[in-house]
Amino acid sequence: MAKRSAPEVNAGSMADIAFLLLIFFLVTTTIEKDSGINRKLPPIEETEEDVIIKQKNIFTVLLNGKDQLLVEDELMEIKDLRAAAVEFLDNNGDQSCTYCKGAKDTSSSDNPDKAIISLKNERETSYAAYISVQNELVAAYNVLRNKRALELGSQKGFLDMNFVQMQKNYKDARFVGNKTKLKEVIDQIKVEYPQKLSEVQ
Amino acid sequence: MSKFKKKTDGGLPAISTASLPDIVFMLLFFFMVATVMRENSLKIKNALPVANQVEKLDKKNPVSYIYMGKPSDGFEKYGTESRIQLNDQFAELSEVGAFISAERAALREELIPFLTVALKVDKEANMGIVGDVKQELRKVNALKINYTTGVGDAMKNME
Repeated sequence: MAKRSAPEVNAGSMADIAFLLLIFFLVTTTIEKDSGINRKLPPIEETEEDVIIKQKNIFTVLLNGKDQLLVEDELMEIKDLRAAAVEFLDNNGDQSCTYCKGAKDTSSSDNPDKAIISLKNERETSYAAYISVQNELVAAYNVLRNKRALELGSQKGFLDMNFVQMQKNYKDARFVGNKTKLKEVIDQIKVEYPQKLSEVQ
Repeated sequence: MSKFKKKTDGGLPAISTASLPDIVFMLLFFFMVATVMRENSLKIKNALPVANQVEKLDKKNPVSYIYMGKPSDGFEKYGTESRIQLNDQFAELSEVGAFISAERAALREELIPFLTVALKVDKEANMGIVGDVKQELRKVNALKINYTTGVGDAMKNME
C-alpha cells in the first residue's frame, strides 16, 4: 500500500489547554502565609519595688530540661494543662466576677483579672515542648473568651460567633456588620479575661 | 502512471513547533504559581513546630525574621549546637541588637513601633538560645514577637 505522510495535528487549541491549566493552578494554589503565636515581651524596667501578688493568684507552670511539666508543684501531662488552666482562671474565689462559672474555691485564684500564669522553662527545655505549652495556655484563654463571646454576642447581635471568629471577622474586609460594635465586644472580652502570662527568666 | 507514483521521500514530516511557546508558558506559569518566595537561604535546619492557636502574621506591618537551629548538612564546621541565622549568615548573639537596629533604620519612621520579630526556630533547638535572643530583643526594645509555627495538633510536637 502507498505510504502516506502523517497528517499534521492542529495545534490551535494548545493555547486553550494551556490557559485551562493555568487557571486551574491559579485557583487551587494557596500562597503560603506565615502564622504563629504572637507574644509581647516585657520591657526592661529598673523598678525595684516588688508588686505583691498572693500565692493563690499565681499558677506556676514549670517545664524542666527533660520536657517534664510541673504545674503547681505536681507532675502533669501536657494534654491536661488546658483544663487545669481554665479551672484556675475561671475560679472566681472572691466572687467579684459575675460572668465566671468556676468552682469559687477560696484557695485558688480570686478573679480572672488577678489570676496570673507564670511560665518557667530551663535552658535545656526543647522548643517543641515550649511551643506546646504556650499553645495550651493560649488555648485556655481562648476557651474562656469563646464561651464569653457566645454569651455576649447573643445580647449584642453577633449570634453564634465565638471570640476567635469575632477577631477574624473584625480583620476581614468583607465582613458585613457593625465593626465598631464588634470591636467594643472584643475589647470588653479582652478586659474580662485579660491574658496575664508572665515568663520567668 | 502517476496514480501509483511513489511519495517523494517517505521521511518523517517535520513536527510543528507552533505549540512550543504554549508549553513553555505553561511551565512558566506553573512555577510562578507554585513557588514560594524565600527571602533567605537557610544554613540551618528549620523544621517548625506546630500549634493550633495561631494567628496569621500580618504582612501589613513590617516583619523581621530571626532563624535558629542546628547547622544543616554541609555546614557541619559550624558545630552541632543550635545557631542563630540573620539574613544570609550565621550570627552571634551580640549581633541581634545591631540587626534589629539595621532593620529599623530601613523602615519608615511611623512603622517602627509596629515591627514584629518573627522567630523561626527549629523544634529541636533548646530554649537556652531562644531565651538569650528574647533577652537581646528586650534590650533593644523590640517587644512584639511571633513564634512562627505550622498549623496542626500541638501534641504531635513531642513525638
